[in-house]
Formats: sequence, C-alpha cells, structure tokens
Amino acid sequence: MTTFLSFLIVALVLIGIVQIVRIFEIASKLNKPSDKPVSDQDNKYNALALLIVGLGFTAFVGYSFKLWGHLILPDAVTLHGQGIKTLWDITGILILVTFFITQTLLFVFAYKYRGREGNTALFQTHNNKLELLWTFVPAVVLTALILFGLRTWNETMVPDTEGATVIEVYAQQFNWTARYAGADNQLGNAHYTSIGGVNTLGVDINDTLSFDDKVVREIHLPVGQQILMRFRSQDVIHSAFMPHFNVQMNCVPGMNTQFAFTPIKTTKEIREEQEMIERMELVNSERAKKGEEPVEFDYVLLCNKICGAAHYNMQIKVIVETQEEYNAWLSEQQTFQSLVSAQ
Amino acid sequence: MSNHEHHHEETFITKYIFSQDHKMIAKQFLITAMVMGVIAVMMSIFFRMQLAWPEEGFPILEMFLGKWAPSGVLDPNMYLALVTIHGTIMVFFVLTGGLSGTFFNFLIPLQIGARDMASGFLNMLSYWFFFTSSVIMIISLFIQSGPAAAGWTIYPPLSALPQAMPGSGLGMTLWLVSMSLFVVSSLLGGLNYIVTILNLRTKGMSMTRLPLTMWAFLVTAILGVLSFPVLLSAVLLLIFDRGFGTAFYLSDIMIQGEMLTQTGGSPVLFQHLFWFLGHPEVYIVLLPALGITSEIVSTNSRKPIFGYRAMVGSILAIGFLSFIVWGHHMFMTGMNPFLGSVFTFTTLLIAIPSAVKVFNYITTLWKGNIQFTTAMLFSIGLVSTFISGGLTGLILGDSALDINVHDTYFVVAHFHIVMGLSAIFGMFAGIYHWFPKMYGKMMNKNLGYAHFWLTFISAYGVFYPMHFIGMAGVPRRYYTNTSFPMFEGLLEINELVTIFAILGASAQLFFFFNFFYSIFRGKDAPQNPWRSNTIEWTTPVERIHGNWPGEIPEVHRWAYDYSKPGADEDFVSQIIPLKEGEEEH
Repeated sequence: MTTFLSFLIVALVLIGIVQIVRIFEIASKLNKPSDKPVSDQDNKYNALALLIVGLGFTAFVGYSFKLWGHLILPDAVTLHGQGIKTLWDITGILILVTFFITQTLLFVFAYKYRGREGNTALFQTHNNKLELLWTFVPAVVLTALILFGLRTWNETMVPDTEGATVIEVYAQQFNWTARYAGADNQLGNAHYTSIGGVNTLGVDINDTLSFDDKVVREIHLPVGQQILMRFRSQDVIHSAFMPHFNVQMNCVPGMNTQFAFTPIKTTKEIREEQEMIERMELVNSERAKKGEEPVEFDYVLLCNKICGAAHYNMQIKVIVETQEEYNAWLSEQQTFQSLVSAQ
Repeated sequence: MSNHEHHHEETFITKYIFSQDHKMIAKQFLITAMVMGVIAVMMSIFFRMQLAWPEEGFPILEMFLGKWAPSGVLDPNMYLALVTIHGTIMVFFVLTGGLSGTFFNFLIPLQIGARDMASGFLNMLSYWFFFTSSVIMIISLFIQSGPAAAGWTIYPPLSALPQAMPGSGLGMTLWLVSMSLFVVSSLLGGLNYIVTILNLRTKGMSMTRLPLTMWAFLVTAILGVLSFPVLLSAVLLLIFDRGFGTAFYLSDIMIQGEMLTQTGGSPVLFQHLFWFLGHPEVYIVLLPALGITSEIVSTNSRKPIFGYRAMVGSILAIGFLSFIVWGHHMFMTGMNPFLGSVFTFTTLLIAIPSAVKVFNYITTLWKGNIQFTTAMLFSIGLVSTFISGGLTGLILGDSALDINVHDTYFVVAHFHIVMGLSAIFGMFAGIYHWFPKMYGKMMNKNLGYAHFWLTFISAYGVFYPMHFIGMAGVPRRYYTNTSFPMFEGLLEINELVTIFAILGASAQLFFFFNFFYSIFRGKDAPQNPWRSNTIEWTTPVERIHGNWPGEIPEVHRWAYDYSKPGADEDFVSQIIPLKEGEEEH
C-alpha cells in the first residue's frame, strides 16, 4: 500500500511538472517579454508565501511542544540530572526566544521590503554602534551560559566518589554484563587475555579482590546511594546510555572509563507517577495494535555507539530499588569465586 | 597561465573531458555531484522507509538492494551501510567536492578577474582524482560483503576489524582508498584556489574589494589545506592497522572469540585525528554557502551587504575557531573532563561570529527592494535554517547538556539543518544564480519556485520532528526503534518524517528537469540578468576560454554599490570608475 502511495506521489509530481511547464510556456507567449528577471507579481506572491510559511513554521515550533511534548523523556531520576535540567531549561528558553525574534524579523522584513517597481532600497553599508551591540550582547549572554555550563559539567563529571558503590558494566557485541564489587567494594583486576569459559569478563582469578565480585545480567541500583559505574569493552566501542538517568559514557577497548551518579527514584515510584502511567498507556496501545503483550515501565541501559548489526537491540534492564531490596537481591547472587570453582 | 593569447585547437576530449578550462571543470564537478547526490538521497529514502514502517516488505527495496533486502525487508547490516554511504557521499562528495568544486572553480577566476586558475593542469587533476574517488565509492556498493557500514565517521575498532561486521571487509578498504584519493583531489584544488585568489586578482581588486564569496572561498580553501592532510594520515594509519598488524588504534581486543595481539593503541586517537578534519569540514561545507548567499542576498535586496568588514571578520573568526573545537564531538569518550570544559568554551564562542552574520543578513533585507528570484528564496531559506540549526548547537556544544542528547536524533536534526540544509540551499541558490553564466541560458522561474517551496517545507518537515525523537532518547543509527518499549509511540512521528522525506526527494525532480531542460531549451540569458555588480557579469554570454575577449577590466570599487545615491541605476558594476567627488562607500 505504502509502496503504491510513494509511486503515486512520484507520478503526481511528474505530472505536475509537465503541467506547470505547459502553463508557463503558454503564459510566456501571452505576456510581452520583460527584461526584468522577476515581476512585481512574483515578488508579491513569494513574499506573502514566505510570511505565511515562515511565521507558520515559527508558530508551529511553539505548538509542537504541546503536540509532541509527551514524547520527551521525563525529568532525570538522578541528583546531577536535576542540575542539568536547570541548565537545559535556561538554554532552551534562550534558544526559543532568539529563534522567535530572528525568524520573525527575517520573514517580516522579507515580506515588508519586497521589491516593487519604482522603489529604491536604502544605501546603507554599516552601522558600527548597532554591530557592536549585537556582538557584545551575544558575547555577554554566552559568557554567562559558558560559566553556568562549566559549573554543571564539573559537578557532574568530577564529583566526590568517596563511599560510592562500585559497579562495572562490560560491553561486547551485542550484550551487556555487570559486575558488582561485593563486600569489599573493590573490583578484582581484569584483562582480556584472561577471558575464557565462564570467565566472560576476563577477571583475574588469582586477585583476591575478585573473589567476592558478582557477575550479573541485570543491573540493580539502591536508591539514594551514589554509584560509581566503571566501563570496559571487549571488542569495539560501545556507549552505555541510560536516558532516564542522564548518564552516558563510551566503553572503549583498552581503556577504562567511568561515570558517577545517584539515582533518586525507584522503579516502583516512577511506575506509579501519573505521567508515566499515561506514557505506558500510549506504549501499550501501540503494542496492542501489533498484537503484543502489554509491558510495565523499566529503566534501561542501551548502546549508543554504532557497534554492528544488532546495535539497535543491545540493552540491559536497570532496576532502582530500596536499599533493603537491593541487599536482598545482591546476597542471592553467586560470587565470582564460587562461579569459577563450580566449573 | 594568465595570458591566454595562444588559441589551441580544441577537440571533444580536451574541451569536455580532459579540460583545463575552469568553467568546464566546474560543470564536471557539478554534474558528478548531482549524480552522487541522487544516489545518496535514494539511500536516505530506503532507510527512512525502514524506520517508518519497520520490517515491512517493500518490493522496491528488493529491486534495488537484492540480497540485502530479502522479500523487501531491509537487512540490518545494509541499513548501517546505507546510513554510512549516505553520510559519506553527502558530506564529502556533494557538499565538499560538489559545492566547492563547482563554485570555487567557476567563480574564482571570474570574480577576481583572471583568465583561469593559477594551474589549469592541477585543476584538471583535482577533478579526475575526485571522479576516480567517486567511482571507487560507487563500486564499493556492488561487492559481495557490502559497502562500508561503520558510520561515516568510521571509528575503529569497528572499522578496523573485518570480523566486527561485513562492511568492515573489502567495503571499508575501498572506502579508505576512495577517501585518500578524495583528499588528494581536495588538496590539489585547495592550493590552486588559494594561490589564484592571492596572486591573480586583476588591477584594482584589492582584498578589501573582494566580494564576500571570494573571502569565504579563500578561508574555506585554507581550512581544507590545513585539515584534510590530517584525515589522510588518520586513514593511512587505519590502513596499517587493518592490513599490517600495527596497533595505532587497537588495544586489548577479543572479537568473535579471537584474541588479537595488538595492544597499546587507542581508538580515541583516531577520533581526535578524524575530528581535527571533521570539525573544520563542517565549515568547509558551510562557509562557501554563506559566501554565495552574501552575494545573492545583497544583489537581490538591491542593497549593499550590511557590515562588509564584520562579515569578513566573522568568516575569519569562524575559520580560526573551527580548528579548536573538534573535541565537542568526543565529550562522551571518557576524555579528561577538563578537556571537555575547554572544548565547551571554544565551541560556544563560535556562536558570536555566527550571530553577527545572521544579524547582518537580516539587516541587509531591511529597507531593501527585494527581488524574489529562486536564488534569493533559497538564500533566505539558508538564513532560516542557519538560525534554527545553529541555535541547537548551544545545547550540543555545552558538554553538560550533551550527555543526554549525544549521538541521538537530536544531533541528526541539528547537523542536518545547520550544515546539510544550509549548505544545500546555498548550493541551489548558487546554481540558480550563476546558471545563466554557466550555460548562457535562463532556468525556468516557475519551476524554480515550485522546487524551492516544496524543498523548504519538506526540509523542515523532515528534520524538525527529529528533535523530539532525539529528546525521547532514541539513538541514531538504530535499525528499528521497536526493540525498546520506551520508543514505541514514536512510529507516527517517524512516518511523518519519512513522508516529508519522500516529498522532498520528489521535489528535486523539478530541479533536475529544469536544469537539463534549460541547458538545451532555456531562454537565452542576457549578459547581466540579475543586474549585479561583480565582474563575472562583464564577460560575454558566450563563455570563451580566457573569460574576457580583450584586456581584463580594471576594478574601481567594491562589489556592493547597490542603490547608491547619485548613480544612474540601482547597481554600479565594479569596473565603473568612481565619478568625480564620489566616495568609495
């Protein structure tokens, strides 16, 4: 059906071309030839169209937030995410205001000063005062934005990680594995040459720090507790992206990277929020159309750096829960030592 | 070569194929870029269909892609190959080779008053390297394992290891060979452009009388000459890593159960080298379009360009800054956060000269007598997209805000609007404006209008909604969004995008028809159809080798004396001497 529609569109456009050319040829025979490249009529219609389409688009940009606003990710569920949200809002307002002013001026001027026979344009080469003004104002605004941005960036990327729970996230084509540091909160050494058998992450089995490590296929995070997430990759570059947490970091083979954050909302809490209920209703109605089972909301960590054919489906579930639930879950997991000795 | 008194016999081959005439070489670049552009647009339609109607069978896909679309369903590897080659062709072959190759070659000698480029031979060589490079890129589409598919940025290890994906086999080798030749072409051209603008200006054409097109082209050529060699070195090192067992970019890798012996390299090194070209490249694409637009906006507003010196200053500032911002593509690589701070700082500074340019364009329209030629409409379209796309740069360039939109559709929306649309609008504007000079014919005005309006509306229709897809957290280069429940509910908006993409692509038929129809059956062009000041319009319509039949005219004023009080008409050509008592602007 859609293929047919696309062909139909193409065919219609082609017919349109032929018709327009014909009209043009007939019209040019009727009109006496003019040496001006465009007529006042052309100017009038194009200027009017610019005004309507230009301002229409500008207005639509405002309306689009009402129309599609529900698609935007909910507020980040991390401490640093709140700081970023303030910066985002300020920058967003600034962008929209500048957008509305400049686009409106552009299209209004284009309409207002459309060419008319007998009109003369103003001969005006420059105006230093005006030019200084619009160099100076953006410079001041940007300085403020840069300072605010750098502060937020440093708070996010260089936090104090004393007492943070250490979790390693390990990437390979096309799945994620997590390793918890265990009771000592220290991860055992790992190197790719140690990979083999059940030891899929290449952990050093002789490193005593590794004995209580726990290798899992689902990420659980205690709410309100700072997490220091470390990243490694086995093969190509991947990127660990947790959209709801405002967390993203590349996983680079041969390199260790990290990101620290504090989740502030459990999976259970966000599922009960009105906004999330409405989102999931939309999701489940889409799924119902395809005959798929309804699902509940879950946080997710996904791959955000092209890594091969199944890049689009490289994900691991993330669950934020209370400290007690987290402790209970963690104590059920097998330690690395028992995993290796069971082999 | 500046003195072309000798008239050699021209055969078909020396005139149309191995031509050394800058005007013919420009047309060769243009036609090649148009062919490449059609291929890249078709690719984008194919992958857009997959995104809007995931895993639905389309016979048309099977027709074009064969085994890569069994029963019309696009293969995930082919999806990645299509986005990769689409990006490569658009950025390099259409918007660099096509835009620069066409207009630099065509306009530089004509606007500075030279008989030809400094070296006609190098110029010819530049085209033929470009042509060979294009052919190799196209050949890579037809090989067994498929074309390169690691994204147009070809980050290793994905691009370095044939085990990582089918596209990283022979397809990637051909990509690298093609790109090496492309860099050679671009360097040969770039050196020629710089030398020509600096040395072959006619009498009276001082740097401060150069049209803004020439300033933009000069700075672009300098950017290219300084940054493309770095891409070449990055590519060569990658070839070593792929073929000769070196470890520039590889370390500690186990892939498909195979343990590689390379250690000590860094994949991030490649990104630094790549983006050291990659970011200036954005401006290599954009500045020529801005230069072309400056000329067209001024001519058709019948007003001097507002703030000529500020415009030149902005071009220089943007050119300089473009070299120290590359790291903003790499905020999430795990590089030192302090380095991120530095790149945030330099990146956001670019907004200042960009803002100055926008305000100057808008003020040029103010109290003008605007003639809406097709070229003028595309130029206004460019200013609009330059604003829309430039503003979202404030988000992406700010490292803290980048965390959550990095590599999402928000980025796709941003760079397509600010770089893709602006540059292609500039290119269309240039074609419509200088077509009479290129072919001695006029393009059909009404077809041009239809082309502009459909293109302008569908361009925003395609890329504006993508901001929301990005803010929903959807990563780019995903074969489908259906593997995550959180992205369900985006199908409708994706369908809208695809429909606009098909509409926009179809609209280009107006252009192609108009272009080729006008070459053969267009109305004959007068010598100076837009009543413009620059000196290319003083050459005869017949387009002779050597450009001016007699002496090259002397230049007496800048290019922007439009509607000057006391003048007989609303334009005064650069070759007309100042009247007694007349001040030079």
